[in-house]
This record gives sequence, structure tokens and C-alpha cells, in this order.
Amino acid sequence: MATTPQEKRIILKNIDQDGYTRDIDCYLANGGYEVLKQTVTKDPADLCKEIETSGLRGRGGAGFPCGMKWKFLDRKSGKPIYLVCNADESEPGTFKDRQIIHKDPHQLIEGMMCSAFAIQAACAYIYIRGEFPEGAKILEEAIEEARKKNFVGKNICGTKYSCEIYVHRGAGAYICGEETGLIESLEGKRAYPRIKPPFFPAVLGLYQCPTAVNNVETLCNVKHVFDMGGEEYAKIGKPGNTGTRILCVSGHVKKPGYYEFEVGSLTLGQLIYDVCGGLPEGRTLKAVIPGGSSAKVLRADERYTGKTKSGEEFDWSLEDIPLDFDSLMAAGSMAGSGGVIVMDDTTDMVEALGNINAFYAHESCGQCTPCREGSLWMKKITTRMLEGQPRLEDVDLLKSVADQIAGRTICAFGEACAWPTQSFVLKFRDEFIAKAEKQIKESSPSREPALAETE
Amino acid sequence: MSETKKDDLVTLLIDDQEISVPKGTNVIEAAAQLNIEIPHYCYHPKLSAPGNCRMCLVEMGMPMRDRGTGEPIMDDDGKQKIGWMPRPAIACNTAAAPGMQIKTQSPMVKECQEGVMEFLLINHPLDCPICDQAGECRLQEFATDYGRGYSRFVENKNVKPKRTRLGPRVTLDDERCILCSRCIRFCQEIADDDVLGFVDRGSYSTLTCYPGKELANNYSLNTVDICPVGALTSNDFRFKMRVWFLKETPSICTESSVGVNTEVGSREGKIFRITPRRNDEVNDTWMSDSGRELYKQVEAENRLTAYRASGEEASPDEALDSGRALLQRKKTAFVGSGHLSVEEQFLFSKLADLAGAVRTDLVSHIEEGDGLLISADRTPNVRGALLTGLIEELPSQKLSALGEAIDAGEVENLVVYREDLLAAGLTKEQLEKVSILYLGTHQNDTSAIADTILPTLTVFEKSGSFVNQQFRLQRFMPAVPGPQNVGNDLLVLSALINAFPDQEDLSGIDHVWQEMGKNLAVFEDLLFLRIPPEGKLLEVPEKLRDLPYAEGKTLHFYPAAAKAPAG
Ligand SMILES: Cc1cc2nc3c(=O)[nH]c(=O)nc-3n(C[C@H](O)[C@H](O)[C@H](O)COP(=O)(O)O)c2cc1C
Ligand code: SF4
Ligand code: SF4
Ligand code: SF4
Ligand code: FES
Repeated sequence: MATTPQEKRIILKNIDQDGYTRDIDCYLANGGYEVLKQTVTKDPADLCKEIETSGLRGRGGAGFPCGMKWKFLDRKSGKPIYLVCNADESEPGTFKDRQIIHKDPHQLIEGMMCSAFAIQAACAYIYIRGEFPEGAKILEEAIEEARKKNFVGKNICGTKYSCEIYVHRGAGAYICGEETGLIESLEGKRAYPRIKPPFFPAVLGLYQCPTAVNNVETLCNVKHVFDMGGEEYAKIGKPGNTGTRILCVSGHVKKPGYYEFEVGSLTLGQLIYDVCGGLPEGRTLKAVIPGGSSAKVLRADERYTGKTKSGEEFDWSLEDIPLDFDSLMAAGSMAGSGGVIVMDDTTDMVEALGNINAFYAHESCGQCTPCREGSLWMKKITTRMLEGQPRLEDVDLLKSVADQIAGRTICAFGEACAWPTQSFVLKFRDEFIAKAEKQIKESSPSREPALAETE
Repeated sequence: MSETKKDDLVTLLIDDQEISVPKGTNVIEAAAQLNIEIPHYCYHPKLSAPGNCRMCLVEMGMPMRDRGTGEPIMDDDGKQKIGWMPRPAIACNTAAAPGMQIKTQSPMVKECQEGVMEFLLINHPLDCPICDQAGECRLQEFATDYGRGYSRFVENKNVKPKRTRLGPRVTLDDERCILCSRCIRFCQEIADDDVLGFVDRGSYSTLTCYPGKELANNYSLNTVDICPVGALTSNDFRFKMRVWFLKETPSICTESSVGVNTEVGSREGKIFRITPRRNDEVNDTWMSDSGRELYKQVEAENRLTAYRASGEEASPDEALDSGRALLQRKKTAFVGSGHLSVEEQFLFSKLADLAGAVRTDLVSHIEEGDGLLISADRTPNVRGALLTGLIEELPSQKLSALGEAIDAGEVENLVVYREDLLAAGLTKEQLEKVSILYLGTHQNDTSAIADTILPTLTVFEKSGSFVNQQFRLQRFMPAVPGPQNVGNDLLVLSALINAFPDQEDLSGIDHVWQEMGKNLAVFEDLLFLRIPPEGKLLEVPEKLRDLPYAEGKTLHFYPAAAKAPAG
């Protein structure tokens, strides 16, 4: 498969290239595990510094600086440190981690072993989404291959450092991807997210020990940071938004798929039109959700103005927005998990929200009141609106329910389920109202004159 | 409790009022000390705090410090600036910190409370008129105190199972459950019987028992007590009585020497339930299921209500005269009980002295303790018998010495209080050799052959006190009147004492206490009504300190040999 010219492939470099297979010989022939061999000869503290210097931010959704996360690990407690790879990839619109696991599993394993050595982890886990049985099998086989060659397990590459990787299949729920829910699930319990404070994974994580939870793509990046050095890595992308990013484009484009770019090197418009071949014929762009279903929706016919983090004023159309963490945040949404969902003018926004609401109502773990009850209520409202009984007041009610959730829950699922509703009813209020008005007119055509008579 | 040291205190500001609390105190408890109620469902003072109901959200601010230098940031008035968190925090799992500020009444907090109340109610059934919890339901109470008062919900409510059997004593209504997980945590953390859990997700989450298991441990009914709503109900109490009609009487459980504090709920002379009364030094907020059943002894079929004299049913006066006559005889032995109150033991001991008793015994009832609230000593008041001088040494389970004395012809008369001598090892032949005056509440093999019977009252029908395994003096009050004609124990004992010349009337409990104060150093300056609700730890006399008591570890008690766990 040919790489699109706008792309810069680091993580996906070998993936989909002719003749590239996932077995260890192919990986080794392409320079695999050379970085790990170098890494285990270095000072772990220096390695952690390299990550800080690289500016690498988490690719799992929150964009939290990886170096800082590792720095928070409680090394004074004397308890073992764990590394956990979050491979639960369940955010609607996101399908990148699976590609890495299926097509280049050794890259993840090398990235994990490099990370494990840097934080001196006692043991590492890959928590893989329950619906990826094939991926789990591939990882098991790859780990076995790597173990035979002494890249995993006892005395890695002949050093004193030992570390095992275990693959754990997820429990089949979206909430298992939330890092503290994941940890509970890994411990064999329901994936009920923990309250933070006090249960920050870096201090009280897996089995109450310090734990680093990182996304698949993040951990792959670690290998490349160690390869080129933090400073070199930091030159890719933009300051504070370094490296590359895999974007998963779905929805109304001609060429949906996954692409890897230097962060901030292109705009949303370039992504849609130049990379993904534009919208289907005769359609116009209506809206984009830029970072997985929980990111706030952005409307096409709107201007995005304000100041960036670095203080520059901007005035963008939707197509102008650069694809990096800070610009998307400045435009009122987020880079999230990298899932870009494109919607054209044929999309019924009430239906789109109804779909998202159904997902979140189904996936709320049910532990805390606002999310548990609010997510289902929002779903019930949008479902009723779609089933022919919309009311004028529903749009405000939806917003009010969402407002009662965000910021008041145990985990970020609260925001994840509130933001779609908040943004849809803010940006497309007209459509929600129109739906109700149309229904009212159709079901009682005589209503307006009747009202007039009573006056 | 030991005095908290000054440096272990932190001072914070709640709704502009200052309060100092021990380190580690959470904001709900700190606020409670200022009489500020922070509403909560999932938080329970004796369980871990999962922070799931979100009812306790408050606004929180911390004194600001410069990120770089760590220096405090001051405002114009020279006070340290407060950085208010943009999001509300849960009061239940936020520990008080020096300089912390909390708002419990701000518009943001009110809005959070209204939101959570609305969410809890949208799928809640409208069961109040038929719900056992009505009247003591947190959902009802907080809905009126913190809710909006109207509904915006026009969708269909969720439907869930209405009557699930969780175990032999507990029934679940899943629609009423607010998923606070208190019951689950109780089973995990206190009862050590991890059988409850949630299945399904989101609003469809349902409480259930693990397949093939049931909630059958002897503490299962505590889940009913702590359930903030009417989801868990006691099979024994379900649909029997509206709680607002119940009179609540403080009492003490007689199941063992732990002395669990209880509350007896009764109406019009009938007991409907027994629930635990909080005592952080004794039973926290818990009690056993078996202890809750004990009220059934009040109306038990084998209840002793008839008087007897010379082996025949008699009038109270005839029976009393017959008893008095027996006391005038020589060669009389006394058998008392660890079930008697301190006051009764004192009078019984006095009576034994007056009658020139050959010997006085007590029967001990030792079984295995459960490590929680049932100790090995299955009587509530052996310590009282030692303190009142009724006995000098720890009792044994078998009365073999008494048996030998009977065989040797040293004992010809017996005054037995409550105990069954056959169960305590005496033989029928031995009992045939003696005349028996029996005092007690229920029939047994000894009462069956007694010449004289004076029926007495159960713990639910009288006042008195027990001394538990910790030497804590605790008081109980009458919840219901006794059966007609049955005399109060003190009245009966006083009447017997008055068979001897120059004795005062000791039928009033205050009078008994004055008398005890005069005669026994441990009770000096104490009066019945002065025993505090949480009990009073007594100064243990030297000679009683190191006796080989039967109790092992229970919730708040560690025998001298075992060390209390740290913290
Ligand atoms: C509801 C919810 C679902 C999540 N699902 C995932 C997921 O599937 N995969 C993932 O990598 N991170 C997921 N996250 C983010 C994780 O909590 C965590 O931030 C991430 O694994 C950290 O890795 P990173 O720092 O490398 O991004 C989720 C977060 C939330 C709140
Ligand atoms: S916010 Fe939702 S998903 Fe997160 S803990 Fe609460 S109920 Fe569960
Ligand atoms: S639990 Fe409370 S609110 Fe619910 S039905 Fe029972 S009394 Fe009413
Ligand atoms: S049954 Fe009661 S205690 Fe248990 S989770 Fe439900 S509401 Fe809470
Ligand atoms: S009391 Fe339930 S969250 Fe605090």
C-alpha cells in the first residue's frame, strides 16, 4: 500500500508495506529490537529524562505528558512498579491500536520492554479489548517469539533486568479502557473506576502498587524516542505537540482509514480533502467530531476564533483548524483518541446524537449516580425524539441533563457522555427545534389558528 | 478513647465556621461536628468510602502557594488566598486539611444536590405507601430537603425484579435500590462473606447474590439497617408495622458478653424488631441476626407465668410465702446466673448471705466465639456476678461440686435463678433429694420439678444493667410491660429479703444502686440513671484483672494476651 504524500510514518512505517509480516524474523530484518539492546545498557533515570525532553504526550485520549506520568510513579514506597499497556481501544471512531497489534506486534513489545526498563517495572501487562481475540493470540505468539530470543522474560539481552509481559483479555466493556477501571478489571473485579484522589495509578495502581498505564501508540513511540533521542523527537511536530499521530478517519469521506502525520502538519480541511479524497459527490461538509465520539462536535459553517495556548490570535473555519492537541482544544474540542468522524449534509444530527447517546447509556458502568442515570435519560430523550414524539423543551432538557453530569462523576466517562449532548444541542439547536416543530405541525395542523382564536 | 494530641489536629473552615478535627477525619464528619449536615447515601462511617452516590458534593478551596517557591500567596488583607477548585469534591472521601475551606450551601452545591436527587428519583418506583422504609428513608428525606420538588422526567421508568430472595432473612426490591453498594461492602468488609455484587451495567445494574450462594451469614440483617432505602427488607419485619408508630427503647443484647447495644422497637406492648444502636467502643453499628430474634422469648410458648407452691399452682402470695419458708431452712445452696442484671445479682448475693447459704454457684455457658459480636461467653453478665460478690471465681460449666455436696447431704435446699441444673450436670436423683425454689422466665427441666416457682421478667420488660467483657457497665430499659401478675425481679428479690428481720425495701432500682454504692467500691458514686448511654468503663478490682476469662478476640475486644492490632 502506498503512503499518502502528506503522511510521516514512524509507527506505521512498516505496516501495510509489501512483504512485511508480523513474525519476529521480519521485524529483526527491519532493525527490530536494536533499540531495546541499546536501551538496557543505559541508566533508567536518563531514559525517563529523554521521555520528558521528547515532550511525548499520551495517545490514549487525555494527551497527558508521558514523562510527567512516569515521574509521578511512587519509587519511594519500595513496592513493585507495574507497566500496563492499554489496548482496550473501544472509543467509537478509533481503530489504530488494533492495526499495530495485528500487523506489527513486535514494535509494541519492544516499546513496552523499553518503557518497562526505563521505569524499572517488575512486570508488564497488555490489557487487550475483549472483542480482539485474534489480536490477543497474535500478541501471545509474538511474546513467545520474543521470549525465545531473550527480549522478554529473564535477564533481558543478557542483562540483570528481567520482566515478563502478560496478555490479559478485557472484560468486554468500554469502561475497561478507563485506566483505573482497567486496573480493577485486571485485578479480576468489575471495571469500576476508582476515585482519584486517592487512587492515582502512579501511586496506588495495580494491587495498590505504583503503575504506569499507557496507550499502545504511546508505548510504541517510546521506542522511537529512545532511538532518535528526546531532543530529535521533539523536533517533529510542534512545541508541546511533538511527534506523529495516527488519525482514524471515518464517516462521509471517499477514503476512510488510518493515517500517520506529524502533529499539526496539516489542517482538518487538508485531511478531509487532500488525504481522504473529499466527501462523496454532491455533498457538503456539515460537522466533524475530531477525537473519538466523546469529543465535542464542530460545525462546518462556523468561525472559530480566540487565542491559542501560546497567545496567538486565530480566526479559523472548520477546515482551517490544525490537527494538534492545543489547536483542537482552542477550537472547543479535543484531539482525544485520534478518531475523526466526518459528517456531511445528509446527516440528521438528532439521529447522530441518538446513536452516540445509545452507546454511552449502554456503556456507563453504573457506579455513580449522575452518569448512570443521566446517560440513560439522555438516550431515552433522543430515542423518543426520533420515534416521533419530540418536544420543543427537549433541547433544553438535554442540555440541562448533560450539565448535571459533567464534572460531578467518578471518572471522565461523565464528560465523555455529556460532551456530545452539550455540543450537539449547542451547535445544532436549530435542528432539534425544527424536528419538534415539524412534528407538532404534522400531528396538529389546526393548532396555530386555534391558539389565535383564544386570544 | 485516648485524648487526641494537639499536633494531630487540623483546622479547617466549613461555611465560614472554624473547626479542629483529628487528622484523617473526612469532611462529612468534620461538618457534623459543627451540626452541618452534608447529605450522603453511599458513605457509612464504618465502611470504606467508594464515592459513588455523589450526593455529598461540596465546594472545596485550599490555601494558595506559589508553584515555584512554595511560598504562600497573600491577598490584600494579608491573608493567604484560597484557590477554589473548579469542580465540586466529594465530602465523604476528602480528608480535612489545614486551612482547607468548604462550602456546603453555595449555589453550585445546591445545584449538584438537586441534580443527584433528580437522577436518583427518575427510575425510582412510587412505592412509598407500601414501602417498609417509608418514615426512615433517606431518599424521602433528602428529596424533600434537597430536591427540586417537581419532575422533568416523561420517559418510561426502568423495570426490575421486585421480590428477590437474597437469603433466609433478607428480601430485595431491585427497583428501589440506588446502587450505593453499602450492603456489598458490609458483606466484604465486616461479615467476611463476599456474596453480594452487581450485575449488568449502567442504569440496568442489579444487585444480586453470586450464583449458588445466598446471603445467609449471621450478620445479614445489618444490610437491611444500612440500606438507605427500602430495597433490602427483613423478612421478619416486612409489612408488619409502619416505623413511625414504633417506640424505640435502648437495650443491651443478652446473646454474649459483648453487650451489643440495641434499640427495641415496640408498639402497644408488642415488640416488632430489634436493631443495633451505635456504640463505637462496643459494636459500632452492627448486631447479629440471632440477637434480633431474642424478642421472641417474650411471647414464647414456654414462658413461665404461673406461680407454684408445694408443687401445685398457687397464688403469688402463696408462692412467695413458700419461698420465704424455704429460705429459713438450713443447708441451702444458691445457683445464680450470668443472665441476671447487676442489681439482681447484688440482691441475690445479699439473699444468699442472709439465708446463710452453704455455697453459691453460677453456671457458665461457653461456646465458640465468632470473632465479631458474639463472644465465647454466651451470658451477658458474668463480670457483674464477680463485681457484686455473688461469686468469687469464674464459674464452670458443670456443677459437679454442688452435686457432691448434695450427695454428701450438705445441701438439702436449692434456690435456682434461671439456670437448668440438669443441663448443668446434676442428675435427676440428686435433684430429687432437694427442695427447689425456682426463679426465672421460661420453663426448663429444673422448673418442671421445682417445689416453688416465682416467675420473673425478661430483659425487655425491666430496667437494669450488665457489665460486658470490657468491664463496661451498660444499661437497659423496659420496652414492653411483662405478662400480667409476673413480678419485677427486684420486687420479688426484695420481698424474699424482707423475710429476714430489719431489712429495707430494695424493690426500687435507685435504692438498690444507693445500697450497692455503699457496699461495693466499684459502684461508689454511681447511680442507675447516671450510667451514660455509651456505658461506663469500670475500674477493675485487682483480683479480677487476670482471671482466665473465656473470651477471645471480638470486634472491639482483645484479651490481655493478644495484642490489639495497630490503628
Ligand atoms: C471512558 C474512558 C475510556 C477510555 N478508553 C481508553 C482506551 O480504550 N484506550 C486507551 O488507550 N485509553 C483509554 N482511555 C484513557 C485512559 O484512561 C488513560 O488515560 C490512557 O490509557 C493513558 O494512556 P496515555 O497516557 O498513553 O494516553 C479511556 C478513558 C476514559 C475516561
Ligand atoms: S462516570 Fe460513569 S463510567 Fe465513570 S464511574 Fe461513574 S458511572 Fe462509571
Ligand atoms: S425507598 Fe424510600 S422513596 Fe423509595 S419507595 Fe421506599 S420509602 Fe419511598
Ligand atoms: S440494596 Fe440498598 S444498600 Fe444495597 S446497594 Fe441497593 S440501595 Fe445500597
Ligand atoms: S457519600 Fe456518596 S459520594 Fe460521598
